[in-house]
Amino acid sequence: MNDNNTSPPLNYLTNGHTVKSWLLTVDHKRIGVLYLIAMTCFFLVGATAATLFRLELATHNANVLANDTYNRLFTMHGIIMVFFFLIPAVPGVLGNFLVPLMIGAKDVAFPRLNLASWYIYMLGGLFTLAAIIGGGIDTGWTFYTPYSSVYADSHVILAGTGVFITGFSSILTGLNFIVTIHKMRAPGLTWMRLPLFIWAQYSTAIINVLGTPVLAITLLLVLAERVLGFGIFDPQKGGDPVLYQHMFWFYSHPAVYIMILPGFGVVSEVLACFSRKRIYGYEFVAFSSLAIAAIGFFVWGHHMFTSSQSPYAGLIFSILTYLVGIPTAIKIFNWTATLYKGSVELSAPMLYTLGFIGLFLVGGLTGLFLATKALNVHLHDTYFVVAHFHYVMVGGMMMAWLAGLHFWWPKMFGKLYNEFWARVGAVIIFFGFNFTFFPQFIAGYMGMPRRYHVYDIEYQPFQMLSTAGAFFMGIGLIICLVTLVSSIFTGRPSGKNPWKATGLEWNYASSPPDTHNFTVPVKVDVEAYDYTDERIYQDA
Amino acid sequence: MNFFAIKTSPIAASEFAREWDKLWAYLMAVSVFFTVAICGVIIFFAIRYRRRSDADRPAPTKDGKLLEILGSVIPFILVMIMFFWGAKLYFDARIPPKDAIEILVTGKQWMWKMQHPNGKREINDLHVPVGVPIKLTMTSEDVIHSFYLPDFRKKMDVLPGKYTQMWFLPEKEGRFHLFCAEYCGTEHSLMIGSLYVVSQAEYERWLSTGMTSGSVVAASSEDPVAAGQALWEVHCMAACHTGRPGAIGPNIHHAFGTMRELETGEFILMDENYVRNSMINPNDDIAKGYPAAMNSFRGTLNNNQMNQIIAYLKSVGEGAQ
Amino acid sequence: MSHAAATTDHEHKPYQQHHFESMEQQTQSTLLGIWLFMAQEILFFGGLFTAYTVYRILYPQAWAMGAGTQNVFLGMVNTIVLIGSSLSIVLAVHSARHNDKKGILKWFALTLLLGLVFFGVKAVEYGTKWEHQLVPGLNWDDHHALHTIQEHAPKGVEVTELPKGIQLYYSLYFVMTGMHALHMIIGFGLAIWIMIKAARGRFNAEYYPHVEYFGLYWHFVDIVWIFLFPLLYLV
Ligand code: HEA
Ligand code: HEA
Ligand code: HEC
Ligand code: CUA
Ligand SMILES: [Cu+2]
Repeated sequence: MNDNNTSPPLNYLTNGHTVKSWLLTVDHKRIGVLYLIAMTCFFLVGATAATLFRLELATHNANVLANDTYNRLFTMHGIIMVFFFLIPAVPGVLGNFLVPLMIGAKDVAFPRLNLASWYIYMLGGLFTLAAIIGGGIDTGWTFYTPYSSVYADSHVILAGTGVFITGFSSILTGLNFIVTIHKMRAPGLTWMRLPLFIWAQYSTAIINVLGTPVLAITLLLVLAERVLGFGIFDPQKGGDPVLYQHMFWFYSHPAVYIMILPGFGVVSEVLACFSRKRIYGYEFVAFSSLAIAAIGFFVWGHHMFTSSQSPYAGLIFSILTYLVGIPTAIKIFNWTATLYKGSVELSAPMLYTLGFIGLFLVGGLTGLFLATKALNVHLHDTYFVVAHFHYVMVGGMMMAWLAGLHFWWPKMFGKLYNEFWARVGAVIIFFGFNFTFFPQFIAGYMGMPRRYHVYDIEYQPFQMLSTAGAFFMGIGLIICLVTLVSSIFTGRPSGKNPWKATGLEWNYASSPPDTHNFTVPVKVDVEAYDYTDERIYQDA
Repeated sequence: MNFFAIKTSPIAASEFAREWDKLWAYLMAVSVFFTVAICGVIIFFAIRYRRRSDADRPAPTKDGKLLEILGSVIPFILVMIMFFWGAKLYFDARIPPKDAIEILVTGKQWMWKMQHPNGKREINDLHVPVGVPIKLTMTSEDVIHSFYLPDFRKKMDVLPGKYTQMWFLPEKEGRFHLFCAEYCGTEHSLMIGSLYVVSQAEYERWLSTGMTSGSVVAASSEDPVAAGQALWEVHCMAACHTGRPGAIGPNIHHAFGTMRELETGEFILMDENYVRNSMINPNDDIAKGYPAAMNSFRGTLNNNQMNQIIAYLKSVGEGAQ
Repeated sequence: MSHAAATTDHEHKPYQQHHFESMEQQTQSTLLGIWLFMAQEILFFGGLFTAYTVYRILYPQAWAMGAGTQNVFLGMVNTIVLIGSSLSIVLAVHSARHNDKKGILKWFALTLLLGLVFFGVKAVEYGTKWEHQLVPGLNWDDHHALHTIQEHAPKGVEVTELPKGIQLYYSLYFVMTGMHALHMIIGFGLAIWIMIKAARGRFNAEYYPHVEYFGLYWHFVDIVWIFLFPLLYLV
């Protein structure tokens, strides 16, 4: 690349500088960046809430926050982290940016719908922020009735509407990806040649389209109950609050796979690249995503073992839950085997990825504890559950998200970040994370219930460690944030393919890519992750 | 703080708890094995196969089917053991024995009300005799709660409009935790109490003595009655329930615990629920001779304030109930 | 790598959007998109039908008596009206296929007209319920409700008290028919937008996807009603 004599070519970032050119763009790459900015802000709000209530939890009695404030903070933390950060993270940012580039398409199938999805997401976000500014909501992210529909005196209506609206953004993004992946692949790019990231996005999109509408209608019923006084889940009118739980988890269990599957996709890409190997057992890894998505629809009742649902239904939910573990185990084994006889480079994205495997493993295995009926009766709604889901969501998905962000950062912004500080950040986050959430397993095993503002002094040592860990982890996150953002201004240009990775996005697009993808149509003639192909090592 | 003195596991207070711990140990063994094995292999590979030069071009390895087969069959067997063991333990301990003492439990924001077979009540504390199975029949007056005895590894949700059951066999005397495990609003974390397992003789003695054991965890540090009076005067009395003839609302200042006649001709007891419901859904039951002119206070008064008003009405409704 | 600025002047097919390689790809993509949209709609209503089924099993009496108070005649009229509107939208698609702009406008207008008739009838039904104070939460009145149910009870059946869960029946009635109506209102907006396009001559025999997809959507909304009618009126 010798672009030092002429003015640099216009890429998607420099092609138009006005605010309008960003807010009315239909370019999937710019929309990805819009998601990145919005989502980071939401994450900071959620993280601030966590910082505040973690401070409160350091000691067993109340000395920082009033109980009502505490409840509002963890609810806000849960809602924002789940619906506005983790669910849209990888699909919204990396998915939008990469799906067309990876499959050789000029854009997603419905570019205007894609922009509309972002606006819907923002509108939902505004409602939720309004709820927070107006004083918050205190129902927990699960909105259990009848507390949420009758008793709570906080902004359930605003926040519920926010989540309801955002749901349509997921549905439409999912719809867009399914169509794009089905219909817009470059010639020669057969299903079995697709990068695993695409398989993961595809499986996720299916859950988005089929699961989210159920959440939408459920929230609508709660709102109807709260606003109009319809009593669909109100026992005083004959309604059944447990039905609400069924309908909520029918979406929200599959939703946890919406959160993790895209992460599996990222991990496959990074592992292949930094060990210069094809992912071991490619077909198994690809189809296990579909299997997880499919079985995942039938296990929701494992959140309700103690809810008075039929114990026989509970048995079925329990056994199916274990079955989800099998395709997941296959993925983990195949990733591990990929390293075998590879050429492993412990770059920052790879550190995050290896951290992901370890932490997700612990999170997944503790999921098996929870799926065991007898064990669940004790562990349900304790800190054991809190630790479980932070291991899969933060240790798993957030690590995968950071891996992906670092990995594709040069592609998105054309700059290399400072590798040393990026690695420091990764290591601190890894240790800080364990420091934060491992003690919670013990507190939960000892019986400390979750959503407790004050608690028995017996649990204090673990909560104190946890708070200390959270600050440690916060430092790691800040290092990571500063390293990435500063690279935009001070980083060296990365060149087209700094990691020498396979894939159309690396080899057929500059970094940052031009506004129009693939002006010269591509034809694919190689398998995915063919690291023996000399072409990828040529110009970097 | 002496870190070696810190407790890291719950008490196992019953046979069930000990069985539970065995199953837990099995899952721990499986988990530790896989965690150590996989992390170990990853670290080993990462070092053994680290990239030595930029020109490294590892030869592709061929995919074998062995890993996939072993990788699904072995976990499958391991989880089926978990499933059957867990299900058996659960079902064996599901049906309470016939000779169990039955205690009624009512959950309510934010207290536990217990009633013993002879009618004796206590709040937030539960006294039971050692060696006798205890069956709890539970319901809620408002939202969902969950009755949780960690040392017995037992928990069951307590729902409004429905009865749920749970049982346990106390084997050791002592005091144990009682928690509310389902998030139920502002003071969820204060909806706690103690389980006292006492000797049979002591339980008998306790049952037959005065009815004032246990402690009510005050809803807030201020005096609920005084706070309630202020709220009553501002919100209820000023505009409507003035108590004077011709007022918009009926005179209910000294009516707590009495039967009130409704427009439909039915009578209804003016208890906590009724007053609370009058504030939340005033048009559910209309007092005889009055228009349905009361507005809902949902959103205006929070639960705590409603409880304070109720406490106040209760305190002035002398001798009632 | 070529520059983005260098616009590629490949021959421009009139209806093809730039990011598609061929017209066929565009058509197929849109069609798949529409079907996926329908799939999510099915799950959306599926949630409601689940709630319906659960409570119907729990409270068969409330369901029987609630359905008894419905005006089956009006429901029947509305069913026929909607089937008629489905037919007229089929005819609109037919006109589009034959490049008949007037036909499109005519049949769309008829569809809208039938839709309005449907809303008129629905308004009468809602109005009656409001008068009888059968709207849970807003103006529900046990006394009045009991009276209404007694009036509609079949001969020989004596109703002395409200069946348990009766408010749930009406809540679900309003939510389900309300959601259906909302879909029709959205349909109205779409139809008007398409009529404007048609009037401006945007469609021809080769290109009329909006008309066709609107037809699919409208059929879907009708089918929902075909389920709602027996479930809520006839049981
Ligand atoms: C990213 C999100 C995510 C993911 C991926 C998972 C994955 C799993 N979860 Fe988790 N879960 C949550 C997020 C997630 N969960 C959340 C948010 C909650 C709480 C919600 C709330 O109440 O607020 C929750 C709660 C929750 C419960 C209910 C707890 C309770 O409240 O009582 C249960 C119970 O079964 C459960 C189980 C599982 C299981 C079995 C998996 C499996 O998919 C895990 C599979 C993975 C493995 C098994 C590891 C890999 C295995 C090996 C390498 C080999 C060894 C394998 C075997 C021996 C089988 N989860
Ligand atoms: C993606 C999901 C996600 C993520 C990333 C996190 C991240 C974290 N969570 Fe969260 N958590 C949930 C999802 C998530 N959580 C959910 C769904 C619940 C359940 C809610 C409910 O019960 O309804 C929950 C509940 C929950 C609880 C239980 C509360 C209770 O039951 O009472 C706790 C307790 O420790 C906790 C802690 C943390 C911590 C310490 C982090 C840390 O990882 C956060 C890391 C960040 C920092 C340490 C801050 C870094 C600082 C900055 C980046 C700058 C901040 C800016 C300023 C201060 C100005 N979380
Ligand atoms: C706008 C005027 C108004 C206000 C303010 C008001 N009420 Fe009422 N209230 C009424 C009327 C009118 C009735 C009779 C109709 C009915 O039962 O709903 C009534 C009835 C009641 C009843 C039922 C009495 C019975 O005889 O059955 C209770 C209990 C009650 N109110 C409590 C309260 C409390 C507590 C407050 C304050 C938090 C309050 N009200 C504030 C107007 C009011
Ligand atoms: Cu009661 Cu929590
Ligand atoms: Cu789940």
